[in-house]
Amino acid sequence: MSVGMETQTQPYRLGEYHSFSAAGSEFLYLVPSGSIFAVEGIAKLVIELLGSGEMPREALVAKLLELGCLREEVENTLQELTEVDALQCDLQKKEPLAVPVQEFPLQRIVLNTTNQCNLACTYCYEYSEDKIAQSAGKEKFMTREIAEASVEMLIKESAHRPNLHVTFFGGETLLNFTVMRSTVEYAKRRGEEEGKKVEFSLTTNGTLLTEEIVDFLSEHRIGVTVSMDGDKELNDRQRVFHDGKGSYDVLVPKVKQLLKRHRTNSIGARVTLTAGVSDVRRIYRHLTQDVGFQAVGFAPATASPQRLYHIGGQKMDSILDQFAELATEYRDYALQNRQHGFTNASDTLKELHTGISKAYACGAGLGMLGVGTEGNVGLCHRFVDSPIGKMGSIKEGGINKTARREFLNTHHIGARYDCHTCWARPVCAGGCYHEAYINQGNTSAANLHHCDWIRGWNDVCLKVYGEIAIRNPEFLNRFAEN
Amino acid sequence: MASLRAINRKAKQVAEIAKAERGDLWALQNGPSSNAPGKVYHPMGCTLNFTPGWEVDISGGTAGLCQPVERDLFDCYLGCGWPGHVPDHLTNAPNWTDKCASAVNDWRNVDIVFP
Repeated sequence: MSVGMETQTQPYRLGEYHSFSAAGSEFLYLVPSGSIFAVEGIAKLVIELLGSGEMPREALVAKLLELGCLREEVENTLQELTEVDALQCDLQKKEPLAVPVQEFPLQRIVLNTTNQCNLACTYCYEYSEDKIAQSAGKEKFMTREIAEASVEMLIKESAHRPNLHVTFFGGETLLNFTVMRSTVEYAKRRGEEEGKKVEFSLTTNGTLLTEEIVDFLSEHRIGVTVSMDGDKELNDRQRVFHDGKGSYDVLVPKVKQLLKRHRTNSIGARVTLTAGVSDVRRIYRHLTQDVGFQAVGFAPATASPQRLYHIGGQKMDSILDQFAELATEYRDYALQNRQHGFTNASDTLKELHTGISKAYACGAGLGMLGVGTEGNVGLCHRFVDSPIGKMGSIKEGGINKTARREFLNTHHIGARYDCHTCWARPVCAGGCYHEAYINQGNTSAANLHHCDWIRGWNDVCLKVYGEIAIRNPEFLNRFAEN
Repeated sequence: MASLRAINRKAKQVAEIAKAERGDLWALQNGPSSNAPGKVYHPMGCTLNFTPGWEVDISGGTAGLCQPVERDLFDCYLGCGWPGHVPDHLTNAPNWTDKCASAVNDWRNVDIVFP
């Protein structure tokens, strides 16, 4: 391979990457592509030599030859590293693509079928001091007409997409089971007419489940997420009825009945971590072993720092340690071809396996929108009935395309400048817009209070991924797109 | 790749693109590129590939063409999918090669047909 004079003197430097070791191998996680390569031979030396700074090409080659490498192998390695952007020089510097999406077909709507709830959880983002939704004075329950018009909007705006999804949300969704049931039947029929497959999911606190509802969920293969925070002591700290009584005793028999009778789709627990409820291991064990969930996911409550239940830095460190412990357990299960229920790990591993490189932190405003009881369209379920993130109204022609375009322009990763030097941005992309609004005062701001945590967690998952990739690569086929 | 091994799906895609960019073109008649890893399966020598080399050379003549029109006129015109580049002999210009018995010798007698 011949190299021009100009290239010879160009300084070579490493591209953006995060290196990690697992199962005795060295890996590079390349940014922004999200690709993962195992590094062998001369590439390791190149990374070592350039680790402390850039170097002209000829000096780099000379050093490698001094170390006993063959010229042809050195040239091949430099070419390989350059091709995957692990190595950069000014001549080949590529400008990052930062073109915001202008149009994006809708895939999912979240219907807030009610803004009422039979529980009064302290940390609830819909009712707590940090709430952004203005549900006072609004219709308490979504009507059948609004729900069906929302389904029509989904079908109309979905363009060529063959698979659509409707999520039922609240308040407590099951307070309006009547509309949920009629909407499922309506959406199924309309989907068939339009040649689209419509799937459903439900988020519920579980306290209103009945045999009839469970059978309906099972019959229509509706995925269920139950909000629950652990054993009686932990769950009842925040998840209480309006009279202050804990919900655990009411909830658990119903959830067990759900897990027993509903076998046609996944049923997961979603745990909200707060200052007093952060024993991840204990919660995971209880929910999987004692209650019987196959899948459990955790997220800290979205709360401003002055709230009593807000989780501070130290607690988050402890949560990361516990997450790492469960992720290691996940790895051990994976090496034995067993399924582990820690969904924070499986979700991140799936994204790493795909090599996702997000232009937007989540699907809100992109392929997903929320609809409130009166038909107000919001970025997601957290933003419905709020002046922030308003994306139109079912009653006024559906999606406000101008607002949506404006949102996509200002929330693209290209506009989240704080993220531009972070190696975790392919997976994180700045984080939740609602979390950013509560903590940074702006939906477009990056969630800087979580950066170290996110990088720590991604590092844990990369190591787990590397270990599985080397020792049981077949397991990764489970992450293949359906 | 000698010193990098693609692990996740994205890495495999990146490596595949790099390999393809490095590879040469691979002629259609040689079969799919799986016969020649790293080479792009790129149809050559028919209308799928509108190479300007078929019509005029760099000086506007035909002498420098790899396959000058005077040699392959009838082959392309009758036997190939190239008629898009020559007059429509079925309806609008049925006689345009009447004075051209042998394209190699008589190609200058081919009628001028204006679109």
